[in-house]
Amino acid sequence: MAELTSTAQNYEKVCAILDKYGCDSNKLIPILQKIQEEYNYLPEDVMTFVATKLCIPPSKVFGVATFFAHFALEAKGKHIIKICNGTACHVKKSIPIREAVRKKLNLAEDKNTTDDMLFTIETVFCVGACGLAPVMIIDDEVHGKMTPEKAIEIIDKIIEEEKK
Amino acid sequence: MSAVNLQQIKDDFLSRYNKINKKIIVCGGTGCVSSGSLKIYDSFKEKIKALGYNIEVVLDKEESADKTIVVKRSGCQGFCQQGPLVTILPDNLIYCKVKLEDVDEIIDKTVLKNETIERLLYLNPKDGKRYHNKEDIPYYSKQKFITLALCGSIDSGSIEEYIANDGYFAAEKAYKTMTDKEICDEVLASGLRGRGGAGFPTGRKWDFARIEPEGKKYIICNGDEGDPGAFMDCSVMEGNPHSVIEGMMIAAKAFGADEGYVYVRTEYPRAVERMGKAIRDAEALGILGDNVFGTGYNFKLQIMEGAGAFVCGEETALIHSVEGERGMPIPKPPFPAHEGLFKKPTCINNVETLSIVPNIIRNGAAEYRKIGTETSAGTKTFSITGNIVNTGLVEVPMGATLRDLIFEIGGGVTDNAGNPTDDMFKSVQIGGPSGGCLTPEHLDIPIDYDSLKAVGAIVGSGGLVVMNKNTCMIQIAKFFMTFTQSESCGKCTMCREGTKQMLQMLTDITEGKGTPEMLDLLEKTAKAVSKGSLCALGKTAPNPVLSTLRFFRDEYEAHIIDKKCPTKQCKALCAPVIDKEKCKGCGLCAKQCPVGAISGNVKDKYVIDDEKCIKCGACVSTCKFGAIEG
Repeated sequence: MAELTSTAQNYEKVCAILDKYGCDSNKLIPILQKIQEEYNYLPEDVMTFVATKLCIPPSKVFGVATFFAHFALEAKGKHIIKICNGTACHVKKSIPIREAVRKKLNLAEDKNTTDDMLFTIETVFCVGACGLAPVMIIDDEVHGKMTPEKAIEIIDKIIEEEKK
Repeated sequence: MSAVNLQQIKDDFLSRYNKINKKIIVCGGTGCVSSGSLKIYDSFKEKIKALGYNIEVVLDKEESADKTIVVKRSGCQGFCQQGPLVTILPDNLIYCKVKLEDVDEIIDKTVLKNETIERLLYLNPKDGKRYHNKEDIPYYSKQKFITLALCGSIDSGSIEEYIANDGYFAAEKAYKTMTDKEICDEVLASGLRGRGGAGFPTGRKWDFARIEPEGKKYIICNGDEGDPGAFMDCSVMEGNPHSVIEGMMIAAKAFGADEGYVYVRTEYPRAVERMGKAIRDAEALGILGDNVFGTGYNFKLQIMEGAGAFVCGEETALIHSVEGERGMPIPKPPFPAHEGLFKKPTCINNVETLSIVPNIIRNGAAEYRKIGTETSAGTKTFSITGNIVNTGLVEVPMGATLRDLIFEIGGGVTDNAGNPTDDMFKSVQIGGPSGGCLTPEHLDIPIDYDSLKAVGAIVGSGGLVVMNKNTCMIQIAKFFMTFTQSESCGKCTMCREGTKQMLQMLTDITEGKGTPEMLDLLEKTAKAVSKGSLCALGKTAPNPVLSTLRFFRDEYEAHIIDKKCPTKQCKALCAPVIDKEKCKGCGLCAKQCPVGAISGNVKDKYVIDDEKCIKCGACVSTCKFGAIEG
């Protein structure tokens, strides 16, 4: 019963978002973006709910959600680490940074989120801060001129903070 | 609401602004923000205020001009390498690499006492000289600013300041005094070509939409700047959003659109925020909305955030995503100008293209035509990045050479540690994943649409990535193929499967599994993908492979035939290395080596001969101290 209540509450938020966009299926992408801001990913039941409300097949919502890199179908960690691998960052050795961070977080090859749900690592193509390549973005803060060592230092700091 | 009086806003603003003597302009471009410029900006504001000064351009009394020191945040000032940048007027001093700790000193010495702080001035590593003014620094003095003219000087959040710099006057002229056809003709006569990469004449594109029957039409600004290594459009949207809006208004008038979308990458949160504010400010002044300039025309504008798909830079794919669909391209014709967004005539223009338009309408086509080359008029912005001394945002007339950009403005090539070196230049990648890699012999080619096409590259949106001699070109080709392969929408078989096959071959080559047949096969696949794909993503995806095959074939051959990576970047093709710190000199590795490639004396450090080594890995597994890596 408790779970039902929480789901019902969640749908309230979804409804508010849908209303804001006038339940217009042309606005599917902004709708999904707002939902993801709310939940930090796109839960399956929510997507089905959205499809029903917009009178479109769930397959269409899933189709859009899987097409765009910005949408996540799985829950993400508390801190999002984005390693830029745009051309400028790549040329300035972004891959060793990514490898060092993955190693630091004990992430196997097919995993992007740590078991404690503290970190999710993503590789992105260009955030427009090429002048500072290579860059790493943690929770929307851009850290420029990175090295594997500096990256680990920053993550260590966050881990320290979290322990407190 | 009565129509906005631009002249009055301009006069009001200037009469106040010009009275104020001191102005501090902190760079708020993405690069400088990342190095902490916003904290510096806040600190200036707070400290100047604490000294009893007003920091905004609001003067209620005559005497308050003396009590005002303007502190403002501009868009990208261009010299990202030296950021955070702080410009101080009226002396036009530019301080580089400013730290939060420097704020007190700058206020105390420069702002209050007119003293220059030498150590914060730009130091040119070439001549050891320090430069006071922006105009004198070689990086700036060699450029020509049209698109970026206001980007680094005005406060992007102030519509009044944009108007004071003649902003929206061109839109007013277009709405009040020009016919639709006159606008199209003027822009066509200016020779302006689409800055998104394809170089289609902008005036003609608008004319196609103009001759469609009257009714609902749309204008879309394509700010889905997906090319990795390019941030020009981002900087324009952040630094001068009103120029983009004004360009869209003029475009809308030119072919009769009354609604527009600004499509911005979601990876550019600051551009989304500043474009959004600019739209709201323009609406509040009655510039956007109903009855534009009292002419009876309506124009509404909204922002659409992309959701991370490179292919959405393609017109039809972009339209689909605005409609709430998967961003997949469709065959053209019908062209969007005939049947676009919601099946209505639609023009899609790049950010930079639109931001140039007000200048053309204001000063006339003939004036614009004077800059650039015969077939490519005007200027082009580039972001220069990679192994280069001065990374940043630049603008040069079309027809400038790569040498100008890389060596004159960019200050030359650097080694991996970032130190300038004279003879390390290897290649420059221009045009992003659709472009090509060029070599030292191409340095004197003029940059325009046609010259670059002739050598297998494109102007593209303007990303320029410089690579030094430590860069493995196969790895670069592989990097771009990884990108296009993952961004291929999957609609066309050749693009979907072909990019995958090419990526596999490139991976094999970097892992030492390449065969001589692969070179031909790569070329064949590349041509097939180019022919068999619908949109520009697939058509141009093979360009990085084809251009590296053309200009760096010997490097491919070294990987495949000699099984060597000349730049020692491909681990599988490099001999293991003995870590001198860890090596105890036991000599076990030398005994195990089947080809006698390891030499040295007991208790001394051993070394592996790269030429003899067959990369069997026997030494690596033998070493008890973990001193051999490979």
